Amino acid sequence: MAYAAGVDVGSTQTKAVVISEDGTIVGRALVDTGANVIQAAQNAFNEALAEYKLSEQEVEYVIGTGYGRYRVTFGNDQVTEISCHARGAVHLFPNTRTVVDMGGQDTKAIKVSEDGEIVDFCMNDKCAAGTGRFLGAAAAALDIPLEDLGDTALRSSHPVKISTTCTVFAESEVLSWLGKGKKIEDILWGVHRSIATRSGGLMRRVGVADEVTFTGGVSRNTAMVAALEQRIGKSMNVSEECQYIGALGAALFALDRIKAGRLPAQPVHGEA
Amino acid sequence: MTITAGIDVGSTYTKAVLFDDTGAILARAMRPTGFRLSEVSKEVYGACLEAAGLTEADINYVVATGFGRHRVDFKDIAVTDLTAAARGANYFFPGTRTVLDIGGQTMKASRIDETAKVVAFRLNDKCAAGTGAFLEKTARYMGYSVQEIGPVMQTARQAVPISGVCAVFAESEVINHLSLGTPPGDIMQGAIESLTTRTVQLLRRIKAQPEYTLVGGILRFQTMARTVERSLDHAVNVPPDGNCQFVAALGAAILGHRRLKRLSTNAPTSTPADLQARV
Repeated sequence: MAYAAGVDVGSTQTKAVVISEDGTIVGRALVDTGANVIQAAQNAFNEALAEYKLSEQEVEYVIGTGYGRYRVTFGNDQVTEISCHARGAVHLFPNTRTVVDMGGQDTKAIKVSEDGEIVDFCMNDKCAAGTGRFLGAAAAALDIPLEDLGDTALRSSHPVKISTTCTVFAESEVLSWLGKGKKIEDILWGVHRSIATRSGGLMRRVGVADEVTFTGGVSRNTAMVAALEQRIGKSMNVSEECQYIGALGAALFALDRIKAGRLPAQPVHGEA
Repeated sequence: MTITAGIDVGSTYTKAVLFDDTGAILARAMRPTGFRLSEVSKEVYGACLEAAGLTEADINYVVATGFGRHRVDFKDIAVTDLTAAARGANYFFPGTRTVLDIGGQTMKASRIDETAKVVAFRLNDKCAAGTGAFLEKTARYMGYSVQEIGPVMQTARQAVPISGVCAVFAESEVINHLSLGTPPGDIMQGAIESLTTRTVQLLRRIKAQPEYTLVGGILRFQTMARTVERSLDHAVNVPPDGNCQFVAALGAAILGHRRLKRLSTNAPTSTPADLQARV
């Protein structure tokens, strides 16, 4: 039995997925990226292996992706996260035509063809507005845990309108709404809507086609799903695996390499 | 003696200045703005009066400016911060044709004529990368408070490049530089240079002309003015004696005197007592 793995080193979290020959996920893991990127990649990989009690040697090919893909020292090759997200999304939801990936530091909209090829993409990587960081800043300003953001925001009845674009200024706007006696849920829903406006604009630039798959860590946030669906006027595919889609895509590319027989003589970690 | 007050409710700090008809600044006061704008403007005004040993009854006219000017309940009139800063810059440097105001959350560039009237202006209030918040964030990422920015900057030798596209994303750049052992002063200087790039872009868009007068809290740091001078290849003015933060408040107070003069010519029956009744 051959196994392939993908390690997605994101700005905030590092994800690893191990798949078997038929493309089934057998192990996955998620760790905080932190300052030691090389270690984070290794830890995520080890944890994913441990889940299925595999040894490193049993994995024939590893592909690194994400902004830290070159720090996956045991990786055989690297593929950009754009390709990996498209691949993973189409694997989980074969009718996907638009992928929106919302991560810790950037948001990407990707248009894919029927066979999973990338047609177009655009990303928000010059400004933190419209990314997970905007939510992180609001959560910090309101002092509530990230995982509670969505449920809290969905309780909103009288949402406020967040008028600032910049994440730095939004922190003070959030506090000023709090000072004016607005409820946390109303402020938070406003924050979600503001992000949805930015990322919805990004999606329109590549075209919002059926079906839309929402990937990345922020897709776990139910309020973000609701706000974005409202914005684009369409429902989106979301799954438990959404955070792992980049790593899954990388693992699928790794499996392709195994099948194509384009293996190097030894994996990098074997040579050392 | 006629005394006016200028209250500048800025995004980060609220400033007050008392100014008399001999052209002298009687007192200045400053507090962080926070979120209770009406209250803070009252507090700063009170602190300013106390510093001058005066009471509200001694003040003939109050002019409010800054983004929170409409929340100053005791004002006689409100003027925009551009108008006020232009007037204040003209007080210190009558040859001023360009005013650059770098505040905590905004950057404003205005071209003014010889009567201190604003002819053209551009502002950035959308992105923290072009404002004082950028320096503040950079300092915070390195564990320094705002007060420590000045001393840290004096240790700078060689600026490192900081892209300055986003104050939030700059965090990873700063952390990268720190982990490579770059001295904090050099990182701070990099942040100043990236801010200066933004500044010069804004100045170009208003077709800025000398003399350039730079105002706002950031000018407390001499490096800022020197860096802008290098980029413009031209000398710049910075108001002396720590007045760089009080220019708009002072301009507002000066406009108060002009307004009083106009009121007294137009309506000779009005006395200072009438005016005080309005306060």
